[in-house]
Amino acid sequence: MAVLLIAEHNNKELRPFTLNAATAASQIDSDVHAVIIGQNSADAAKQLSELPVVKKVLSVEAAHYENFTAENFAPVIVKLAEKYSHIVSSANTFGKNLMPRIAAHLDTSQVSDIIKVISPDTFLRPIYAGNAFATIKSNDAKKCVTIRPTSFDPCESTGGSAAIEKVDASEEFSNTKFIKREEIKSDRPELGTARIVVSGGRGMQSGDNFKLITEIADKLGAAIGASRAAVDAGYISNDHQVGQTGKVVVPDLYIAVGISGAIQHLAGMKESKVIVAINKDGEAPIFSVADYGLEADLFEALPQFMEELNKLNTIQK
Amino acid sequence: MKILVAVKRVIDYNVQIRVKEDGTGVVTDNVKMSTNPPDDNAIEEAVKIKEAGKATEVVAVTVGEEKAQETVRKALAVGADRGVHVKVDGILEPLAVSKILQKIVDKEKPDLVFMGKQAIDDDCNQTGQMLSALLNWPQATFASKIDVKDNKLEVTREIDEGLETIEINVPAIVTCDLRLNEPRYASLPNIMKAKKKPIEEIAASDLGVDVSPRLEQLKVEDPPKRKAGIKVANVAELVQKLKNEAKVI
Repeated sequence: MAVLLIAEHNNKELRPFTLNAATAASQIDSDVHAVIIGQNSADAAKQLSELPVVKKVLSVEAAHYENFTAENFAPVIVKLAEKYSHIVSSANTFGKNLMPRIAAHLDTSQVSDIIKVISPDTFLRPIYAGNAFATIKSNDAKKCVTIRPTSFDPCESTGGSAAIEKVDASEEFSNTKFIKREEIKSDRPELGTARIVVSGGRGMQSGDNFKLITEIADKLGAAIGASRAAVDAGYISNDHQVGQTGKVVVPDLYIAVGISGAIQHLAGMKESKVIVAINKDGEAPIFSVADYGLEADLFEALPQFMEELNKLNTIQK
Repeated sequence: MKILVAVKRVIDYNVQIRVKEDGTGVVTDNVKMSTNPPDDNAIEEAVKIKEAGKATEVVAVTVGEEKAQETVRKALAVGADRGVHVKVDGILEPLAVSKILQKIVDKEKPDLVFMGKQAIDDDCNQTGQMLSALLNWPQATFASKIDVKDNKLEVTREIDEGLETIEINVPAIVTCDLRLNEPRYASLPNIMKAKKKPIEEIAASDLGVDVSPRLEQLKVEDPPKRKAGIKVANVAELVQKLKNEAKVI
């Protein structure tokens, strides 16, 4: 039986992690079908049909799908699930919110946040904030799996031409009403997919001081991250939080500034290729994972860092 | 309005996890255990709603072994009125826990069920959503703000893109983010008083729920270790290393 991938999108285009989830789905079985549920989402459906790993697209449109409410999405997928061995989505807030609702309806024990497909029924997943890896075998007939997007490369996005089949909508769930979404718009790269991330912690001392980070991020074409402490203190909005209960990032370069390195923060960034830590406390745990550690006052180090960057002839983007 | 809050006993968030040498799990003997942190936020929110006169009763429930009752006792010490302890040995999957909670909901008939958005041990992030599916109730996951309005809640949810606000009709499930509130500490007099509050014990086997595992944990191992790095003397050296050695900028 084929694998059903749940596409994440904003009605106009696919959200980037759909491509990572498609890769994971294709590692479970080469026969990947993808379902896209939305309203006026034809362009995103077309984009989905162009992913070479996707063999068929199922498109479901109705006004009550416009805001991706799990209570509305789950019945559609539960109905389609009959024909599939696996249901797959990203383990971001979209998939985390939706997949367990599907799994419970299917009476299936979900396998969350996998980082590797070992075989179609066996997966590797981090537990305890990534301080242990568990190999899990699912004995359920139907498997619901969410995948950690940063552990799978995005699939090719062009060259495919899967057929798009329309599927009937399910009834609206009337007890949940969408009010609004406040998306923080930024010209910077997305935190989850950025090549470089510059993150600030409690050591930044104020929201204003984050401009020292912003400047460097702009110079490097980097995304801006933060520790939970910095978000809790109101220095920066929640969508920047990196860690066990925030986002997981795996950039080529992660620069942690004024972040002590609690295990909950390390859970979100310790797979980064190169880690830099700037902290005035030489004993801070962040130095134990850093490739390059600089023991210094960040208020002196960051302006100097900017100066040094300005001296470089070229900076990779 | 009656609020049921589900709490879980987990290894304390400050403990450095050690994997057992035989690969069957992590070491829990003589390790400090606590209430799962976002479950503390769930209790706090329920108690605040009651203090604001918008709820009449807060019931704390846990599912687990004998010692799991400590988490219910702690909830009673910060303001929950009474407790329910569903006793079961071994580790249950979220699906089994949600089926047990469904039975408790059938019995207690709460208007709201609160719990943490994820447990910091298995990091599954499933139970609230599964319970809400089984009950066919609305779900507000990852809540960082809750406004109670008659028979509705307006909930702000933390999502990857920023914030989302939804309105849900009760009965409903809310899973709580760490930013929802600042959990209070129990005072000594309240800890003493909590000892007198009732905790009903129920054997999971009496609930008629199939809790048999669907997943097999084949192996638990240490994650790959990062190689120790170096300390640089100054910013110039750092930038030079990033440019010429790591070649990332």
